[in-house]
This record gives sequence, C-alpha cells and structure tokens, in this order.
Amino acid sequence: MGSSVAIEVSHLSKVYEGKVTAVEDITFQVSQGEVFGLLGPNGAGKTTTLRILITVLRPSGGTARVLGLDVVAQATQVRQLIGYVPQERAIDRFLTGREHLQLLASLYHLPKDRAAKRIEEVLKLVNLEHKADEVARNYSGGMKRKLDIACGLIPDPKVLFMDEPTLGLDVQSRLKIWEHIRELKARGITILLTTNYLDEADQLCERLAIIDGGRVKAIGAPNELKSGLGGDVVTLTLAPGDLDKVEGLAQALKAQEGVRAVSVKQNVLDIRVTSPEKTLPAILNQVVARRCQLEFVDYHRPRLDDVFLAHTGRRIEGD
Amino acid sequence: MEDYLQEVGALTMRWVKRLSREKFSMVFTLFQPMVFWLIFFGNLFQRTANAEVVQAPSYIAFLAAGVVVMTILNNGLAGGTDLLFDKENGFLERLMSTPISRTSVVISRFLFVMTITSLQVLVILGVAYLFGVHPVTGLPGVAVIILIGLLFGVGLTAISMALAFSVKSHGDFFSMLGFLSLPMIFLSTALVPLAAMPAWMAVLARLNPMTWAIDAVRPLILSGWAAALPKIGIVVIVMTVFDSVCLFGAARAFRRTLG
Repeated sequence: MGSSVAIEVSHLSKVYEGKVTAVEDITFQVSQGEVFGLLGPNGAGKTTTLRILITVLRPSGGTARVLGLDVVAQATQVRQLIGYVPQERAIDRFLTGREHLQLLASLYHLPKDRAAKRIEEVLKLVNLEHKADEVARNYSGGMKRKLDIACGLIPDPKVLFMDEPTLGLDVQSRLKIWEHIRELKARGITILLTTNYLDEADQLCERLAIIDGGRVKAIGAPNELKSGLGGDVVTLTLAPGDLDKVEGLAQALKAQEGVRAVSVKQNVLDIRVTSPEKTLPAILNQVVARRCQLEFVDYHRPRLDDVFLAHTGRRIEGD
Repeated sequence: MEDYLQEVGALTMRWVKRLSREKFSMVFTLFQPMVFWLIFFGNLFQRTANAEVVQAPSYIAFLAAGVVVMTILNNGLAGGTDLLFDKENGFLERLMSTPISRTSVVISRFLFVMTITSLQVLVILGVAYLFGVHPVTGLPGVAVIILIGLLFGVGLTAISMALAFSVKSHGDFFSMLGFLSLPMIFLSTALVPLAAMPAWMAVLARLNPMTWAIDAVRPLILSGWAAALPKIGIVVIVMTVFDSVCLFGAARAFRRTLG
C-alpha cells in the first residue's frame, strides 16, 4: 500500500461472555484518506468491529491499530484522534444542537474560545446553523443525522467512524448525507462506515469488506469485486422450436474471443463475457448465421448484490 | 485535573439542563410524591397513632424523619435511570468514545443526584415546618440531616447505576426498583417505631440501613443533640460499611460498561 495506513485490523475476534462469537479472525487495512465500508446484514459483526475500533469494546483476540496506536493499550490517545458518529437515536432530545456540540467540545477539552469557533465551523459544514438553538426533540431524522455528524467532527478527527450513516432516512436526506461524506473525504479525513445498503457501499466506498457471520468474505474496490466475478452476463433465450440448435451455438460461442464461459439450461444460454462492447455483436452474428430465433435477450453488469450472493451464498436483507 | 473538572462540569450541567427542559418534571421532582406522604399519611394517621408509642408530639413530627429518608431512598434508587436511557440509545457509547476519564460520567451523576436529593430534603423539612414540625437542633441539625442523606444516597445511587448498566431491558430495571423500594420502607422505622412492630419485622428492620439513617435523623428533629450524637456516630459506621459494599459491588458493572 503506497500511502500510509490509517486503520490496521489483524486477526481480530470477539467472543461475548465466552460463548457467542460475534467476530472471528477479521483482518483488513484502511489507507489514510480512504472511505472504507463494512458491508453486511444485521448481526454480521460490523458494529462489533466498529465498537472495538472506537475503544469502547475490548477484543478477545487479535489487534487493532488506529494511526499506529493500539486501541486497547493506547485507548486514550486513540480517542483523541477519532470521531464517532453513532446511529441516529444517540441524541439527547432535551438538549439543543449547540448544547450537544458544547458538551462534546468540553469532553475533548477544547478551551472556550476554540470550542465556540469549532462549533460554528461544524454547524456550517452540515448546514445546521439555523436550527442550532432548537431542542433536538424537534429535529427531523435527517437533521439528527447531521447533528450526529457534527458531533463526530468536533475534535477535528483524522479518522471518522460512522455506524449505519443513513439507516432509516428518506431518499433526499440520504443523498445529502452522502454529499457530506464526500465533502469530508475531500478534506482528507479517513472514513470507516458500516452499512447494510448495497447502493451506499457502491456509491461511497473506495474499498469495502463484505462481512457475514463474523468473518470477512471478500475485500476490494466495488468494481474489482464485481469484475472478480468473471465478467458481465449475457443471457440468450432461444425459441422452443430451436432446441436442437442450442448445443451447436454454445460450442461456437465458447470458441469466440472474449467469452469466458457458457452454461446451457434447456433453451437458455448464460454467457459470461469480459468486454460486452466487443463480444455482444459477435454473439448476435453467430445467432443470425445459425438461423436461430431469439425469444429474449438480457445483459447486465454484475451488481454488488451478485458479489454478495457469490461470496455468502445468500442475498443481503433489507435492501 | 483541569481536564477532569471541565468534563465533570459539562456532564453535570447536562443533567441540570435536561431537568430544566422538562418544567413539569422539575416541579414534580422537587415537590415529590413524598410530600404527599408527609401531608396525607401524616395527617390521616394523626389520631390513630398513639403518641406514647411513637414518642413524638404528633404523628407528622414522627413521620418527618421517615419521609426525609424515604426521599433519599427513592432518589438514590432512581439515580441510574438517565444512564439507563443513555446506555440504551447509544449516548453513553458516544461519551465513552471521547478522551474522558472513565469515572467522569458516574461522578457527574453522583453530583447531580446528591444535589437534587439535598434540595428535596429541604423542601420536605420546609413542608413539615408548615405543619408545626420545627427541628429542635435548628439549622446545624438540618445540615447534619443532609450529610446523613448524602452518606446513604451514595450507596443507593451506586446500586442503581450498576443495575442500569447490567439489566437487559429497562422493564427489568423498573420492576427491580419497584420490588426493592416498598419492603425497604415497610421494613424500616419510617412509619412506626421498632417497638411497635411484630417481632419478625423488627428483626428485619434492624438489618435495614434505612432504619439506622432514620434513627439518626429523628432525634435531630425531635430530641436534640444529646440524644442524636450517639446515633449519628453509629450511622456513620453503618453507612461507611453500606457504601463500601455497594461501591465494591457496583465497581464490576462500572468497569464492564465504562472500560
């Protein structure tokens, strides 16, 4: 890895009360300035991993370092360098937005004048200035989320941890939060987020780890993971009358350049191709040359849910 | 040290702000249901209670010490409630991810609960005053009553916070509090003196730290320093033991939750 490492997790495991294994042998690295996602269904071990990284939970085995500091032995130093954005409900509905930020500023031991300046900065960053003096009880879901992010930014963190940043938000608020996250990335903050939304992982994360059953199933950039599946998929469905021509067509296509694999199921051919732009015309030429009659053609790029399915054997819930 | 004061100050102010935002809750917190015990229970049983048995000029004068200590009991036992909500909604985790001393949150809660309890004790004594209960030891006696309240309250609040950190659901928390509170009151000298209790209840009442607290507060109101001082000496010993046991027991739950 060229740039320096911000988060280094090595063979991490967590067993609750000596019996429930939440996380098992998890290893990954996050570079500085990267947006890294932990993608998985509820109960996969994402939040456990996150809680260990923010020093509120002790691992049962393995190590985790943030900016080179051990999250157990050097917890206090780690806490000074990180920001944490918990799930939406972690708001005191009796306090105003500004009072949340003032509390956090005191907990990070900022002197009064610096705290006041920092509070104005973060309020502006998340566009919450006009609501800063209203009690959080009156905030919408999206505003609470913005306040959460503002709280996480008070210490001017090098690394920001976000737990399900858009869980339960409406589409518009979600897009706004994504915008904020991209803005933070542009400022050079390293971000680790957990999510069970495929599109969120796809849109925001430069790299991600797919976690299921407490284990890492795959790590990589979303595009890498998708192309790792062995190319795009073209599906041809021949007319039932052409059943006798299927085998011959399959053999011919296998010999075709750019075709990686062909699987036949009755009158349906699944063709994995590396470069659809070049291969698709060639495939159709073969169909025409053999006078096959097409009933249906489908083509799609592998989506992240194909990746998830391929690595875990099931579809992710709730998306 | 400066950092520590800053964090504890900010956390304590948060409890104060929360309380002040709920106007009704604030009024009802200060003028607790305990006031009704004093007014209604005290006056209701005025003629039934035998002055020779309670050894006081009136039942309400006898009851005042009991209601003061009941207030301390209820406040202490409820002291962990806000932390329970903080634990459940993740606010506690947010606090613990910041570079604060692991003790700050608990200390801020102690400070807040003790302050509120002291104010409530003053309100109770004020209401009792209106009904003609004038503490014979005067203001110094009131100060000692508050100190006894603090001694008892520390242990109770510790139990409550430990419970808040340990329970699986907040239903468990409130049912355990409800379960603890009434026997503590009835098996104490809050409502009747030891001499008037059935023997088996008197035995249990003697094991209840609340009885010792009441036995020290009551002479401060009714008899005077000479009768009170030996009782105060005993309550200091009893409460030191009680608080040590509670804090020792709670420390595990604190460490598990707060790291």
